[in-house]
Order: sequence, then C-alpha cells, then structure tokens
Amino acid sequence: MDRAAIIGVGMTKIEKNKVRDTFADMVWEAVNKALSDAGMTIDDIDNVVTTSSDFWDGRTISCMAVGDASGAAHKNVSCVEGDGTYGAFYGMTRSLSGSYKTTLVTGHSKGSQSVSSLITNSAFDPIYERALGMDMVTACAMQARSYMHRTKATPQQLAMVSVKNHGNALRNPLTQLPMKITVKDVLESEMIADPLRKLNCSPISDGCAAVIIAHESVAAKFKQKPVWIKGVSFCADSFFLGDRDLSRARSLTEAAKKAYAMAGIKDPKKEIDVAEIYDAFTYQELMWLEEMGLADDAMAGKLLEKGEFNIDGRLPVNASGGLLSGHPVIAAGLYSMAAVVRQIRGDAGGFQVKKAKTGLVHGVNGLGGQSHCVFILDKDK
Amino acid sequence: MSDQFKGIEPMVYNSKINVPYSWWAGDTASKFYITLRDEKKIMGTKCTACNKVFLPPRKVCPSCFTENTQWVNISDEGTVITFTVARRQFAAIPNDRKVPVIWGMIKLDGADTAMLHYLDEIKPENVTIGMRVKAVFSEGRKGTIRDISHFKPVK
Ligand SMILES: [Zn+2]
Repeated sequence: MDRAAIIGVGMTKIEKNKVRDTFADMVWEAVNKALSDAGMTIDDIDNVVTTSSDFWDGRTISCMAVGDASGAAHKNVSCVEGDGTYGAFYGMTRSLSGSYKTTLVTGHSKGSQSVSSLITNSAFDPIYERALGMDMVTACAMQARSYMHRTKATPQQLAMVSVKNHGNALRNPLTQLPMKITVKDVLESEMIADPLRKLNCSPISDGCAAVIIAHESVAAKFKQKPVWIKGVSFCADSFFLGDRDLSRARSLTEAAKKAYAMAGIKDPKKEIDVAEIYDAFTYQELMWLEEMGLADDAMAGKLLEKGEFNIDGRLPVNASGGLLSGHPVIAAGLYSMAAVVRQIRGDAGGFQVKKAKTGLVHGVNGLGGQSHCVFILDKDK
Repeated sequence: MSDQFKGIEPMVYNSKINVPYSWWAGDTASKFYITLRDEKKIMGTKCTACNKVFLPPRKVCPSCFTENTQWVNISDEGTVITFTVARRQFAAIPNDRKVPVIWGMIKLDGADTAMLHYLDEIKPENVTIGMRVKAVFSEGRKGTIRDISHFKPVK
C-alpha cells in the first residue's frame, strides 16, 4: 500500500475564551502556522478537510463557514463531524486516493460560546433518553464508577492522572491549564458528578489545530521531516450506553489491534515510545491504556503510581498536558496528533521525551467513548 | 493579533437557538410508550438471531443487523449496573429535578441491555452497584420516558 505522512502541524493556543477570534479567525491562525511549519504555501495544498460540529458551532453546515480561512476556495473541500483524528483519517485516505497529493485537515471548536451540558445532552437519543437530563459529564461519571468498580482503580490513582497532566502542561505554552497541583488538591476539589471531581474533568476550551497530510511521492518535497502514518483504524460500538459494558471499550481494543497489525507492531507495550490519549476525564487515561493493551488489565493505576507514564517514564502519556489541560472538542485529536508529530521530529520543546521513534495518537467520539480512532506514527517509513 | 486592533473592545453577539422540533417516535417506540402509558407495562424487543432482549426497544439488533420481530414483557424490577449523582445543577437537568440528582443504569429482569433512569427514595450515599430497584410509575402518564417517575430500592 502507498504511504502517507504528516508534513506540517499548526495550533492556536488553547484558551478558556478566545474573545478576539471568530471560528474562522482561529482557523486562519492554525492553517498559517501549519503551512509555515511545512514550508508550504496554500497553492501547495490540493484539497481540504474541515472538522467541526454544528451543535457546538451553533450553526448548520459549520464546516463551510471556515472554508475561506482554510484556503479552500476553488478546491475540493469536505467535512467530518467528529474528533479531529477522524478528519485526519479521511484526509489521509484522500492523499492516498490518487486524486490528491496533499490534504489540509483542520479541526476547531469553541466551548466558551455555548452551554456544554445542553450541547452534550443532545447527543442522547431524543425519544428514549434526552428528557432525563444527562450529559457528557454525567455519562462519563457513570462510566468512571463502572470502571473503578471492575478494576479497583482508586480515587487517588485518578487524581494522579490530573496531577501528572496538569504538571506536564507547565512545559507546553499552548495549554490552557498548566498547574502544579497535588493529589490532595484533586481529592478536595468540588464534587461535580460522583465519582468525578472538578479536577478529574477537562476544562471548557477554545482552539483550532491543523495538520497537513501528504502522499509519499511528495512527502519529502517540502521543508519538514515527514512523520509517517504506519497504522490507523477506527471502530464504533453500540449507540445506547446500556448496550455496552461501560467499564470496557471494545471498539478501542479492536481499533488498536488493527492499527498495531497495520504498523507491524507485535508488542505495543515495548514498541510504542510515546502516546497522546483522549483524557477528557482522568479515569479515561487509565481505562483507554488498558483497553488498547498499553497496560495490563486493571493495572494502569498501579503503573501510573510507579511513574511509568510520566514524561521521563517507560511510556510517557500526554506529555503535552493532554486534554485535562485544555480541551477544544473536535480539535482535540489534532492537538494530540500534532503533539506526537513534534515528539517524533524532536521539536516538542519543553515536553520533549527522550525516545520518540514510534508514537500513538488516540481520539474519541460519542458518549462514554462510543467510537475510537488510533494512529501509529513513526519516524521511519 | 496585529497592532491595528489594540485597545478595541471585544464585542459579542448574543443569540439563542430555539427551533421547535417534533420527533416521530416510530412504530417501535410508539408501541413501547403506549403500553407504558396505558398498562404500566415495560416491553422490549427480541432479536431472533442472537436471542437478546433490548430495552429500550428498537427495531434493529445492533449486533446482528437483523430486524427484531418479537416483543417480550420485561419486569419492573432490576439491578443497578452503575450510577452517578449530579452535585451541580447542570443546564440539561429538567427544572423539576434538583440536585443531588441520581441516575442509574438499570438492567431490568428479562432484558439483556440496561436503561437509564432516575434513582430516588434513597440517599445518594446508600446507592450501590448491584442493588435491586423497582419502577415507580408516574400519575398522569403522557407516553414519554418519564411515565416512569423513577426507580426505588426494593425493600
Ligand atoms: Zn441479534
């Protein structure tokens, strides 16, 4: 199969409330940063994929409103509604299709402009569930309890994820919440929805990220060192929460297995050097690590305690600070992807890890992780 | 930000999206709600390929991609699979529910999948995974999920 590589990344700073930027303004900034990172001009871009959510943007066909700022005029522009990693997946297939060589993928959202509880409540089935008033936080709180019940993961271990990721964010100037906090701070923060306290939850954020994905025939033509997409897969599980074992993520296990197989990875625990994982809530980092085989079942909390996922540990996880330190939904997966790309290129700055040949990027869409996308990126083709 | 915008006050455009919308429930949910409203009975659909009983009932089995053609009666008693307690009055919570609001994922006897609903008549600190609960039906049922008022502990 032909190969594709990521040859440029650009991100705005993640902020609580970007009062001076419209959606298109954020896109303009991220796209120009990505072009400059790649050493390209907009004329070098063959086609564009934008990623956004109409409900979050408060408009229909939200993606079309950022086409101008993405340089999509007179180009084939298409849209994905979901996490940025899904946009990148589609962008990659376009670069591999033979019709295009280079694809610009953007993802944006502004949590600050609406009411996230109402937006995520609308993800529930309108006929059977929505009127009960649950939202993403309460759905994930149920999942957290279910996961903790099955694995015996402790509130202290969950808190340690928060301490680690907010601490890592001190090294990344793009994050919204760099913080030096303690386990005690987390355990004493406001209880939002049992068992999730405020510091177990990612903040509401604004931001845009862009990546440029090229076919192998042009990947080395521009300024940047290509980072190769070695494996990728995404899988979805049942829609209704009650259909699933919420303490598990079957679709993630499946997606990870397929991505490893495609990348020729036999022992992911040994072969993955660095990972950016969808940590919208603390428990998710532990749960997803186990479900994708990067930690043994019910062991992620123990390994975390040993420091294995620290920035200088065996497998640095969310060295960028993760979503706990800034969570522009939709754009999230592209931020994670950009962080791993920079790790592999060796230009992650303050949050650079020692060894970063092979990296894993993980994105989520849907309530309680209904669907998952896993990318394996590599320095070598 | 370029210098030309220095000192300019950020303006905001306040708006509200409010579009009336009628969701037709479809044949499957209509039957479920009519039975719930008129007979205070909970029914699920069954897949004849994998024999799973789905609650809430739906037309298609998510595993087999076959049509669920059978209806089965489901008990109004079941087990709490997981739960949460909202401590903040989130915007999505209906006006008639004040925190602490407890939601449970409840697997009713006779169903293979769990449904979401409120747990009540119990203190939040006493709710446990595995506890047995029973449906309390609402007065004046209108054919909505809230025709079940909540689930309460089985004494
Ligand atoms: Zn079936």
